[in-house]
Amino acid sequence: MALDTYAVRRNIIAFIILLIAVIFLVKLFMIQVVSSDYTPKATSNVIRRITQYPARGLIYDRDGELLVYNQAAYDIMVNPQHLEAFDTTEFCRILNIERSYLNKKLKEAKAYSRYKPSIFLKLVSSETYARLQEKMYKFPGFFVQPRTVRKYQYADAAHVLGYVGEVSDKLVDTTSYYKSGDYVGISGMEKSYESVLRGKKGVKVYLVDVHNRIKGSYSNGRYDKKAEVGTNLISSLDMDLQRYGEKLMKNKIGSIVAIEPSSGEILSLVSSPGYDPGLLVGRQRTKNYRKLQKDTLEPLFNRGLMARYPPGSTFKVMNALIGRQEGVLYPGTTYECHGGFYAGNFHMGCHNHPSPVDMIESIQVSCNNYYAHVFKRIMQDSDYESISKAFTNWKDHLQNFGLGDKLNIDLPSEVGGFLPSVDYYNRYYGENRWRYLNVVSLAIGQGELGITPVQMANLTSAIANRGHYYTPHIVKRIEGEKQIDERFRTPHHTGVDSAYFEEVIEGMDLAVNGQAGSGSTARTARVDSITVCGKTGTAENPHGKDHSIFIAFAPKDDPQIALAVYIENGGYGATWAAPTAKLMIEKYLKGSIDVQWWEDYVTGANLIKQKEEDEEED
Amino acid sequence: MKRRINVWSNIDWLTVVLYLFLVFLGWINIYSAVYNEEHQSIFDFSQRYGKQMIWIVAAFVIAILITIIDSNFYSFFAYFLHFVILFLLVVVTLFGTEIHGSRAWLEFGNVRFQPAEFAKITTALALARYLSSHNVSMNRLKTYLWLGAIILVPMAIILLQNDAGSALVFVAFVLVLYRQGLPLGVLLFGVYVVALFILALILEKLFVIFGTVALALIVLWVLNKRFRYVWVAAVIMLASGGLFYGAKQLFDLNIPIYFMILGALVFSSIFYIILSYWYKVPRVMILLLLLFGSIGLTYSVDHVFNNFLETHQQKRINQLLGLESDPLGAGYNVNQSKIAIGSGRLTGKGFLNGTQTKFDFVPEQSTDFIFCTIGEEWGFVGSLVLISLFIMLLLRLLFLAERQRSIFSRIYGYGLISVLLFHFAINIGMTIGLVPVIGIPLPFISYGGSSLWAFTIMLFIFLRLDVSRLKVLR
Repeated sequence: MALDTYAVRRNIIAFIILLIAVIFLVKLFMIQVVSSDYTPKATSNVIRRITQYPARGLIYDRDGELLVYNQAAYDIMVNPQHLEAFDTTEFCRILNIERSYLNKKLKEAKAYSRYKPSIFLKLVSSETYARLQEKMYKFPGFFVQPRTVRKYQYADAAHVLGYVGEVSDKLVDTTSYYKSGDYVGISGMEKSYESVLRGKKGVKVYLVDVHNRIKGSYSNGRYDKKAEVGTNLISSLDMDLQRYGEKLMKNKIGSIVAIEPSSGEILSLVSSPGYDPGLLVGRQRTKNYRKLQKDTLEPLFNRGLMARYPPGSTFKVMNALIGRQEGVLYPGTTYECHGGFYAGNFHMGCHNHPSPVDMIESIQVSCNNYYAHVFKRIMQDSDYESISKAFTNWKDHLQNFGLGDKLNIDLPSEVGGFLPSVDYYNRYYGENRWRYLNVVSLAIGQGELGITPVQMANLTSAIANRGHYYTPHIVKRIEGEKQIDERFRTPHHTGVDSAYFEEVIEGMDLAVNGQAGSGSTARTARVDSITVCGKTGTAENPHGKDHSIFIAFAPKDDPQIALAVYIENGGYGATWAAPTAKLMIEKYLKGSIDVQWWEDYVTGANLIKQKEEDEEED
Repeated sequence: MKRRINVWSNIDWLTVVLYLFLVFLGWINIYSAVYNEEHQSIFDFSQRYGKQMIWIVAAFVIAILITIIDSNFYSFFAYFLHFVILFLLVVVTLFGTEIHGSRAWLEFGNVRFQPAEFAKITTALALARYLSSHNVSMNRLKTYLWLGAIILVPMAIILLQNDAGSALVFVAFVLVLYRQGLPLGVLLFGVYVVALFILALILEKLFVIFGTVALALIVLWVLNKRFRYVWVAAVIMLASGGLFYGAKQLFDLNIPIYFMILGALVFSSIFYIILSYWYKVPRVMILLLLLFGSIGLTYSVDHVFNNFLETHQQKRINQLLGLESDPLGAGYNVNQSKIAIGSGRLTGKGFLNGTQTKFDFVPEQSTDFIFCTIGEEWGFVGSLVLISLFIMLLLRLLFLAERQRSIFSRIYGYGLISVLLFHFAINIGMTIGLVPVIGIPLPFISYGGSSLWAFTIMLFIFLRLDVSRLKVLR
């Protein structure tokens, strides 16, 4: 063996080997056992949670006809990290987009994240998707995410059904359910029944590889949550009647609200002008919405629930009922009318009709003078120590009929209407400085009254029921649930005895069905073989010609339908509103119209155009 | 004096068992890394584990062949084999197939062969042959020229193939030289140059210059054991520095601070040379040479770094030194590799349950980054077992090398140890972020025929030499 003076160096080499091992083991111990940072990083690397969007609940009308359903649509998504050069001309042609849009969106997507997908083009139709699908292999980096959009059977009832749109940032921040990009009901039933219709989002947990390709389900789907399909709704709407109403209201501004008195179910809720609900779906939604928003006729404004009108002469039935209940008016009470009501210098005009009239006849002929006297008696009732007390009592009666405050129906954006208070007049005239004569226009439904069509229809429903009403509602049944909300099943009593209703109804009967020449104001609402009870109204207003108003229910003895018709600037109640109501009643009760002439008469009128012409003459 | 010895009863079975363990572990983890549900059969030769199976079987055959060849063959043909491999390396550099940017492969049909892997063996053989010859002294320049020729020529050719990783492996042979008596000073000098290079990259040049000056002063003190020399030198340097600074302020000169310091240094050095000549202070010239060499290196680091290294190599170094952070770019591999290993925790996710490696988050998960699969699926326990196996193997080889009577065999054994240790340290070190990413395989574990065969041949040549250790005295 050769002399080896460096043999000791083998120990140093052994030491180096062991040192490396120790360094490695310490480092491995740190990252594998001590640090817990790496496991969550690994999890976020491979786990993708993909939201499963449930189909929204369907909406049917009261006869089981499908009104709203879902249609497949596709969001085109882009993931910038997988983009490669592609034929942009072909791509734009297939999707029917501008090259500038393509460039803009790609830039946005890259700015948002190079590694996360973002929406490139929203809600593409099935046809476009089919065309794209064939060529998809040519466009790496793009993929498709299925969604659903609402589809409407008819171009009607937009205000009732409402529409669905992308959730607002505010809602995303304030609720835990919604994530940016989700869809949510924004108006109508879609909004008020959102929690029922939307169902429940699910989630699927996948394992993905580095290229974001799905490699399988995580833990055999143990952490998956199935999406729950939205619940179907059966609306109380009678779609035939609703469509007929919209047809009648064409070229007119106003509203029809029809209610089934025995249940409070809304049979139709027309707001004119309306719009096609199909316009507010999919990619064109924003564009169309802006257009509708700019329209001076305000088609997005739901007049049935939101417009406050003075009730006009229809209000006489209210004063008659209150007068009777307060014991200041009897069926035999008569007043002579010579062209109106005179008190000192004050004069309130009346039209030409037989005189004197008793209570029933006063409704039949709509005598202004009669109700000025009735109102005077109510205000000066000796049971109350002051006009303030009497007035407050009168107002309480009105509120018992659902006027003044919101009815709390199951549709969004309902307004309360307006009833003046004692305070209101105290402020206006000074405390105790006003008397009945200052507010006598309330007797005939003029003055400081703001009542919505749905409140008027509800009031009519209460009359038809001879003293009680059910809160109007648009949903007849929620699938899978036995009953609807209790608030729709509890009767509200008006506090007026039913006997007094019979008297008022008698007058409403005569107003429609009285003999020719008897002064009946609503003979234009007559229907053969059905006893329609109704009351006209003609409301003066600062927006031009009087509003034409009519409330009615039918049949008299077994009311099936109660409704209120408002036609803005239509003139006398008997001219447009009464025939419109009559057609609605006939359509609902008989299914067809006996005298076609009336339908042609109403549908043929273009009051919008006429109003414009009138304004030009002024 | 020739005795017939039974190769099979004298072979070191402990090493063979460790070898078999490692090869088996490697195959298991290759199976797991590329496992997918469509290809479950272990004999599916379209998959990497199927191919590796063939290579393992072939490696066993090769091992047997190596073992039955006469032990004298290896020392006798050492130079010849080295020349053959050098020739092949040249051929590959000129006509080879390019994969991942390296022209390092010879292709026969669909079998690929990487001569660089085998260059390590012949270099070890040639080195052993040269160093075991009688008239070699580690103190002569001629020896270093020869050693340089044996080690640096293949290294340079491989570098030309653009395969920096494989080329770097040859650095490992320094360990052999160290064992054979490489003077400590040479070694320290090498370490000093590397450290200076790294420091110059990380730190302000100014600090490095002050550091080297301070170091020079310390060395001066250590060499002469006279504090006065150091004291005088420091005063001279500070004075000339002050002089230069004063001049700059006084004349309002617009000179960069580097040049000013350099100027002061040159000025003070000249002054000190004259002084030391006068007072006969020894070893000043050598020290100043070293000092200016260091400063020259410091200033040239940027140039070397920017012009001689590829962009991806620069990035990997910057990443490791913490000068750059780009977890999705250059740092992606290491980041993902650490996530995979770290998420294995103590006991791992279980066989075939690793997600990071299986779903390609870790690149090259069956070759260079195979350790990630082990770390992820078998956890710290698995890492401990693997590292222990390697350490046992290396220490066993160290023991075997030291018991050789033949210098040739011992030096060859050290060559084997050096190469294995280098691969082991760099490969695992890079997966856990301790060394820059250098693409070299983990011996016996990583997927790949050339690498497995080369390490098998290298190991079994040594085992064969060990069998005959009593037979000859060389």
